[in-house]
Amino acid sequence: MKSEIEVLQPGLFSTIQDLGRYGFLKYGVPLSGNMDKYAAKMGSIILNNPVDSAVLEITQMGPKLQFNASAKIVITGADLSPEINKISVSNNTIHLINAGDILSFGKRKSGCRAYLSINGGFKTSESLKSKSWYEGITDFSKLTRGMKLAFESTSFSYHDTHSAVKINSEYLYQKEIDVFPGPEYGLLSVKEKELLASTEFSVDKKNNRMAIQLLEAIENNLSPIITGPVIPGTVQLTPSGSLIILMRDCQTTGGYPRIFQLSDYAMNIISQKVLGDKILFKPDSTYINH
Amino acid sequence: MKKEFPEVKVMGEWAILIEFEPEINEKLLEKILFFKTVIEEYYIELKVEVINTYNSLLIYYNSDIEDVYSEVLIVKELVYTTNIPKKVNSLIYHIPVCYDLDFGLDLEYLANQKKCSVLKIIHLHTQPVYTVYFIGFLPGFLYLGGLDKALQISRKEQPRMKVEKGAVGIGENQTGIYPKSSPGGWQIIGNSPVDFFDKNTEPPCELLAGDKVKFYSISRKEFDEISEEISLGNFHLKKENYEV
Repeated sequence: MKSEIEVLQPGLFSTIQDLGRYGFLKYGVPLSGNMDKYAAKMGSIILNNPVDSAVLEITQMGPKLQFNASAKIVITGADLSPEINKISVSNNTIHLINAGDILSFGKRKSGCRAYLSINGGFKTSESLKSKSWYEGITDFSKLTRGMKLAFESTSFSYHDTHSAVKINSEYLYQKEIDVFPGPEYGLLSVKEKELLASTEFSVDKKNNRMAIQLLEAIENNLSPIITGPVIPGTVQLTPSGSLIILMRDCQTTGGYPRIFQLSDYAMNIISQKVLGDKILFKPDSTYINH
Repeated sequence: MKKEFPEVKVMGEWAILIEFEPEINEKLLEKILFFKTVIEEYYIELKVEVINTYNSLLIYYNSDIEDVYSEVLIVKELVYTTNIPKKVNSLIYHIPVCYDLDFGLDLEYLANQKKCSVLKIIHLHTQPVYTVYFIGFLPGFLYLGGLDKALQISRKEQPRMKVEKGAVGIGENQTGIYPKSSPGGWQIIGNSPVDFFDKNTEPPCELLAGDKVKFYSISRKEFDEISEEISLGNFHLKKENYEV
């Protein structure tokens, strides 16, 4: 029998992700991959999986999943109150699963995105050298009821559930976001730069794998650019003053001025924000005067 | 202070952006594509991806480089010291488009705006040799340059919620084909049965930046025949060497 997880309830939005799809940007294919790479990698490390293993990225409201074989799992990132057979379990530790066990999630306690890692990683199908789900590239684009996710079952003993890996969860609450100047940063006025560095921004409704938009507007006089390259972490400033932080599934090109570029660590932080959460841009002082 | 081009800029921890003159022309594209090759050859051993747009190159480092700042010096050296050779020939692809009114939803509107016949519009659209500047927006979406000025028209005021796969459209001074159905604001004048992106083929998109494109008009009957051939895997785009 194949080892599978059956989706009893899909939750809000979950996708299989690995570290992303490289080598296809020139065809207009997004990089994709885990939104919070730190959390996803830690799950793999705790389980002794390769760091590029496929994991399930779970957004805000988790699914209800049933395992048909034994497994070792770890949940990292956001705390979405995970339960195994209705018994509450914690993040960042290995849980042993028996055939028939049900993993479900409850109230969101912190963060936005949790990662479910399984021994050996998910064995779902690959497209263009990656298992990361993206509409039009992979067969599936989000978890749906009745779907089955393949994995390799393993036999295990009870003493190997300990993990000495230290996890930092502080970033789930961090407000400051490190940013580098973007290609058009230099076109901003002194006043605009000051406003960008001093305004407490809040995360808007539009918050998905393509982009996270911010609520507060920054009036500006920047002209649109000739369509140019953008990458995950690029922050665009629109003529109406909206700030758009491009995320892992973003397009490969764009026409709005690119004022900031997030660090990897900053992308992990912003990936864990939900509607109304506050952020403060901390422009990198070393390179900000370029 | 006058800017010197190209400008080499760091873009976060993993990318370097090289910006050329803010222009859209084929000479600049050739230069950019030449430097793209030089950079790709330099980094052949590393997991590095180089993409171009109208006036930029982006180097995206997927591997664990020491840090992007030490790479900037190397990239500057490559860009400032390499001589540009004479241009190489490119490929021209002949792409079938059905300009039937069933597909060309905005064809009559365009003809009215331009005070000419639908046939004239089709003629103006099939006449030029277009240049693929780059692929972006959607997987397999070609940014084509070379649209006849007489066909330029602003985007629709209300974008369509769904533009069909294969739809051929015009937006301002650009023309292009939607590789899959998507929301879109371009004026739609026809449809091509060709698949411009197929995740199951290697490479997933046959055309690349620098290639040339010419459209030819097909009937509704030919459209159905080509669609049939494509589904059987028997259709191949006609292509030949293109010399200026």
